[in-house]
Amino acid sequence: MAEFKEISPNASAGAKLTNWFENRFPTMFDAYRVHMSEYYAPKNFNFWYIFGSLALLVLVIQIVTGIFLVMHYKPDAAKAFESVEYIMRDVPWGWLIRYMHSTGASAFFIVVYLHMFRGLLYGSYRKPRELVWIFGCAIFLALMGEAFMGYLLPWGQMSYWGAQVIVNLFSAIPFIGPDLALLIRGDYVVSDATLNRFFSFHVIAVPLVLLGLVVAHLLALHDVGSNNPDGIEIKKGPKGNRWSATAPADGIPFHPYYSVHDIFGVCVFLIVFTAVIFFAPEAGGYFLEYNNFIPADPLVTPAHIAPVWYFTPFYSMLRAITTEMVYVLVACVVLGAAFGVFKAKLPGVFKGLIAVAAAVTVALMLAIDAKFWGVVVMGGAVIILFFLPWLDCSPARSIRYRPTWHKYVYAVFVVNFVILAYLGVQPPSPVGERVSQLGTLIYFGFFLLMPWWSAKGEPKPVPDRVTYQAH
Amino acid sequence: MKKIILSFIAALGLVAGAAHAAGGATIAWDKAPNKTNDLPALQNGAKLFVNYCLGCHSAAFMRYNRLQDIGLTEQQIKDNLLLTTDKIGDTMKATIDPKQAKEWFGANPPDLTVIARSRAGAGGSGADYLYTFLRSFYRDDAKATGWNNVLFPNVGMPHALWELQGERRATFDETTHAFKGYEQITPGKMSAQEYDAAIADLVGYLQWMGEPAQNTRVRIGIWVLAFLFVTTFLAWRLNAAFWKDVK
Repeated sequence: MAEFKEISPNASAGAKLTNWFENRFPTMFDAYRVHMSEYYAPKNFNFWYIFGSLALLVLVIQIVTGIFLVMHYKPDAAKAFESVEYIMRDVPWGWLIRYMHSTGASAFFIVVYLHMFRGLLYGSYRKPRELVWIFGCAIFLALMGEAFMGYLLPWGQMSYWGAQVIVNLFSAIPFIGPDLALLIRGDYVVSDATLNRFFSFHVIAVPLVLLGLVVAHLLALHDVGSNNPDGIEIKKGPKGNRWSATAPADGIPFHPYYSVHDIFGVCVFLIVFTAVIFFAPEAGGYFLEYNNFIPADPLVTPAHIAPVWYFTPFYSMLRAITTEMVYVLVACVVLGAAFGVFKAKLPGVFKGLIAVAAAVTVALMLAIDAKFWGVVVMGGAVIILFFLPWLDCSPARSIRYRPTWHKYVYAVFVVNFVILAYLGVQPPSPVGERVSQLGTLIYFGFFLLMPWWSAKGEPKPVPDRVTYQAH
Repeated sequence: MKKIILSFIAALGLVAGAAHAAGGATIAWDKAPNKTNDLPALQNGAKLFVNYCLGCHSAAFMRYNRLQDIGLTEQQIKDNLLLTTDKIGDTMKATIDPKQAKEWFGANPPDLTVIARSRAGAGGSGADYLYTFLRSFYRDDAKATGWNNVLFPNVGMPHALWELQGERRATFDETTHAFKGYEQITPGKMSAQEYDAAIADLVGYLQWMGEPAQNTRVRIGIWVLAFLFVTTFLAWRLNAAFWKDVK
């Protein structure tokens, strides 16, 4: 326990009050210092570094608006759609709260995708920040679950049939699939039981997990310190700055320097965010789908069921896995195994293991329905992100000092991701199927071949200190 | 690298084209005039809605007293729009029995509260769709109701506004079956222009009813944005003031 500090009776009332709290709750003061006023972040952060704060802001918006929505929403298949319209019409300012929440869902994914891309650009997941990245990927996964279950709640046609399609995917898992799908739905079709459990998960279970993960993400980050656009470790550089003799010379206190940065960023973000809320809350049918203004009808299947835009890259990869595509994947596994056995410098035991594992995988791939492998690919597309810290073998962390052609590889990855997203919104078509199959191979190729391509090329000289121009 | 990107863009174009061709649209949607700020038009639309639509369709999330937002007084609503059994705070319910409706039309007439929001699509806004739909009915003796629709072939709904528009026949190209045009059989109470204007009012009302807060939303939004622009300017200067000494 910290030592009890007496204060002079002549001190000001404010100082006395601070002293009173400091003696009784020193942790709060330590936390402020560790995470705000004495957290030294690199001073060369750029535009890309705003999205973490923005994600936190959107999380708060979602929680607060969510609390007010739950006051009026009825998680009951007979009343859910009606209660949303009640919020939109009869609850004072209900329309604003609801639009904030629906726009917030899309905004969350926009800022999180940009935040993740920042990590990719500057190698923010590299040693010693692997856990920061893994917590972040877990947040992304939890966010997907949160969004998926929240989308059922308005109980429109897209809510209903989207949930129906996705939950049915689980039934493709061999042996346990049908029972698992039944457990998720609580019924043989998506119904009132499903709505109730999704509501419970959406408002309690997943938000708790999300909050815990966000705390872990931030604590882990503040333990190892932030990366920066140059991808160099400021802790390894010279010590001593204006605020502290022991802090890194290129560090700057988070508060007030980055808090004023973030206030500015938040204002710019809010301009865009409120412009959507007040002038285009449907965002052309992407944030609020038109079909979802029709109440859920278990007897009428819509002609075209598409998930909300933020899931569509993954949905495209799911749809890409046809029976034909499984043969392509089998060929990939065989090629990979052949490379491991004939080319890699490994002990014979490992080579044997690789051959056996590949043979078993191929046998399973041919034995089980393609639909299941679609689910595996869709899940794998998210899970593979967790392994990024070990897949990236580039000598330089930041894209700034990697070979120029690495930028083109990243560009192809981004364009490919956008194309997959676009195709996921479209109804299935023969050309779209081929393009999304190619896109799936590019997506996985980017990650699985990363240990090879990221180590190639001549990195540019990395400076000793961060590059910073005074404002 | 450029080649790869170019071929991607080309592929994307192909996909978009294929998706468009697969749409199977009957006719293009006409652009509905925007009436959501025109109070007399909305009031006329509300009158048409109550007289011609509410018999079969409900607007179960719309309360009569909300019509005060389009400039009607409580007394005017009671005198002109309300059925004697309803109260001013009630929602708009159809007079038809849903079971009978199902028997007559083969399906329950959909609720119209948010119909204008649900019908938007690649062809235009929901208002455009409704504006086109309500002006596309024609006589077709092959159908049980005696009516058909060019935009929504074999629709279950008869032409509820036929008295106003009169009866029309549609002509189709004999080989391609593409729609060619209408022929007026019997005159209606309204001229073609008057009918289009009336439908514009009705659709304007449906659009307004889909989201009664929409005009408030835009009005407030302008102030919110103005506030944020000022705040952003201050935040920018605050940021600059702190960072000017950082070398």
